[in-house]
Amino acid sequence: MDYNPIISCRNAIQLTLVPVTNKSREQLGKILSSYGADMGSLLPILEAVQRRFGYLPEEAMEEVARFLGIANSTVYSVATFYSHFRLAPIGKRIIRVCRGTACHVRGVAGILDELEKRLSIRPRETTADGEYTLETIACFGSCALAPVMVINDRVYGRLTTGKIGQILEGHRD
Amino acid sequence: MTFAEIYRKAKAEREALESGGRIRILVGTASCGRAAGADAVLKAISSELERQSIEATITRVGCIGLCYAEPLVAITNPGRPGAFYGGVTPEIVPELIESHIVNDKPYADLALGTTGSGGITGIPRLFDMPMLKPQVRIALRNCGLIDPEDINHYIAGDGYGGLAKAFSMTPEEVIAKIKRSGLRGRGGAGFPTGLKWELCRKALGKTKYLICNADEGDPGAFMDRLLLESDPHTVLEGMLIGAYAIGANEGYIYIRIEYPLAIERLELALEQMTEYGLLGEDILGSGFSFDIKIKRGAGAFVCGEETALMASIEGKRGLPRPRPPFPAQAGLWGRPTNINNVETLANVPPILQRGAGWFAGYGTEKSKGTKTFALAGKIERTGLVEVPMGTTLQEIIYDIGGGIPGGKRFRAVQTGGPSGGCLPASLLDLPVDYESLTQAGSIMGSGGMVVMDEDTCMVDIARYFLSFTRSESCGKCVPCRLGTKQMLDILEDITGGKGKPGDVELLSDLARSIKVGSLCGLGQTAPNPVLTTLRYFRDEYEEHISEHRCRAAACKELITYSIIDEKCPGCGLCVRECPVDAITFKGKKKPVIIDETKCTRCGACYDICRLDAVKIE
Ligand SMILES: Cc1cc2nc3c(=O)[nH]c(=O)nc-3n(C[C@H](O)[C@H](O)[C@H](O)COP(=O)(O)O)c2cc1C
Ligand code: FES
Repeated sequence: MDYNPIISCRNAIQLTLVPVTNKSREQLGKILSSYGADMGSLLPILEAVQRRFGYLPEEAMEEVARFLGIANSTVYSVATFYSHFRLAPIGKRIIRVCRGTACHVRGVAGILDELEKRLSIRPRETTADGEYTLETIACFGSCALAPVMVINDRVYGRLTTGKIGQILEGHRD
Repeated sequence: MTFAEIYRKAKAEREALESGGRIRILVGTASCGRAAGADAVLKAISSELERQSIEATITRVGCIGLCYAEPLVAITNPGRPGAFYGGVTPEIVPELIESHIVNDKPYADLALGTTGSGGITGIPRLFDMPMLKPQVRIALRNCGLIDPEDINHYIAGDGYGGLAKAFSMTPEEVIAKIKRSGLRGRGGAGFPTGLKWELCRKALGKTKYLICNADEGDPGAFMDRLLLESDPHTVLEGMLIGAYAIGANEGYIYIRIEYPLAIERLELALEQMTEYGLLGEDILGSGFSFDIKIKRGAGAFVCGEETALMASIEGKRGLPRPRPPFPAQAGLWGRPTNINNVETLANVPPILQRGAGWFAGYGTEKSKGTKTFALAGKIERTGLVEVPMGTTLQEIIYDIGGGIPGGKRFRAVQTGGPSGGCLPASLLDLPVDYESLTQAGSIMGSGGMVVMDEDTCMVDIARYFLSFTRSESCGKCVPCRLGTKQMLDILEDITGGKGKPGDVELLSDLARSIKVGSLCGLGQTAPNPVLTTLRYFRDEYEEHISEHRCRAAACKELITYSIIDEKCPGCGLCVRECPVDAITFKGKKKPVIIDETKCTRCGACYDICRLDAVKIE
């Protein structure tokens, strides 16, 4: 929910560069056909689109707007309100670091620093080789094991800066 | 099948499980258990049992709340007392099984406590452990003991008996009972639940909604997650009873998307309820119909606020709106709506079954019953506990939580998340109830309790919370949108060594204006972390501003790292640990040297040094 029009615009421009294939159009149609065409479906649809494509491609958002009979800007405003939605493609692996209170008190800042240094990216960015995307999350609810990060779906707790290198190694294939 | 038949079957199944001649193994598989490696342990157990050709019933349970000791495994041989084991690793599993199952000798090294009749010498009873003994478990009564993915487990423990009881009463009688119990909302504000239901019952309109708020936005809190992952049916039964009382036929669970396991278990629970006729038309022949849908939040803290939550369900941006009208008058899609927190609802079935007087027997004059607290931060035993209202902070943090690890000193405890405050050591005797916490400048909130030790800087904590509320402010009202930004700027100046005289006064001024001027609870409570730290830790602010000193050595701009030469044997541990190669190895038995220009003050050397040879000033 960060209002940074500049970042949002830049992401939007980046989007148009991603080619939308017939196959992905078909997949989108499938998603849409399983929802009712009312406003209440907007969030579940966006969520399903992101689950499928990893982010919300601009063309997909336009298609969703047409499907629900609402303005493109309405879809865009909802998509940018919720931090779950991304407007740019992500890397093969997504690293989400908790910035919750328990993790903060237990030194997650050092973990994030370490990740930023090793990957040479900042949160909300993807490495040049398309391997990793870094994000922060408000809290995973695994606070008892703070500090916590999640790579794809795997949760890592009781982290120390020393463990990061090994964990990243384990995710290389 | 009628409910009586379902109940008899579930009961019989459970008795067969308990008294049958099979070995029973429980493995905790809530998110915290999984993060600690429960899946690998489960796999190791299965393959070891197979290797030794041992037959056993393995049950995946939720979490009993002893999260510090995850992964948890319990083993019971037929007719013998069982034992709960903590910190189990796949490597130790063969030894554990050999000892407990094959040789019938509980593995004392990892044993936490025993269950069942008869004891085991040298191991305390599970519920006599310091973390469990002071607890009164009403909402958490089943957590960690039953299989959350099997409705029969819940029913065998008299589950849905509260609903049956409710159906034998009129909705008005149900409401009166909840009122008599003194139950108040566990989502933060503490509004009397019975009264809320009554308002919605009396509201005009044929279509009404009941919403379960499982957004759990407070960072550092995990009560609702653990409950939903470990015992979803108690919450769902509470929803059914509430819906019957207010006359709603449609329900929603609004749950944050960061809780995939809780969502999965809820979906499964709803399927099983439908199968048993506990959802849908004419439930248990009562003539009452109800359906529940799951709505996933999409990562916005403000959506925990009830009016924003409803906007989000309607598919809009989660913007709050002024109240009145209250949800009971005009809520979801303009219809009367009742919103309750997960834990509030989890308390409802036991109240119906065991009585309002029984529930009201716990707690203080104005805060009845129990409250769950998520213990996290710098505390020995992290986890989820449930204690009677009025238990003191001291009892929760020290007796139950085991105090501060590493011989460090207690600095503060944070309750109520970003809307709450930090309380100092002098308030450890404070009884925890809605009124006492509010009076102390904090709030009960939903039950997060983050403990901080002497290494935590209170100004930095205030800055941390403001950076959270600033980025989560929805932007609709000016005091919150701009006010939190201004407060954050000042706090960043202070922690960055650029604080000016007068900053503290400006902060308190701003805080007061934002409190009275903001539209919703987010802005109205956002200044609380600043106000409480100003009230209890003002000297730390002054030190930062006038002496450029951070006593906790947490504010990076205000500290330097150096080596105490006499203490450093040149072991080189820190040299390897330093992520920016700022430490130079000078040979064995010679102290290492830190290059201050390269040092990023990450603290890695301080953490790794076993001889306290790294000095932070
Ligand atoms: C910013 C903000 C966030 C909130 N987050 C939550 C939440 O995550 N969970 C919750 O149950 N209540 C939350 N609330 C409180 C709800 O608005 C509402 O009071 C509560 O769900 C009512 O349920 P109860 O009466 O059972 O406590 C929040 C309130 C505010 C102002
Ligand atoms: S604070 Fe990090 S998981 Fe909750």
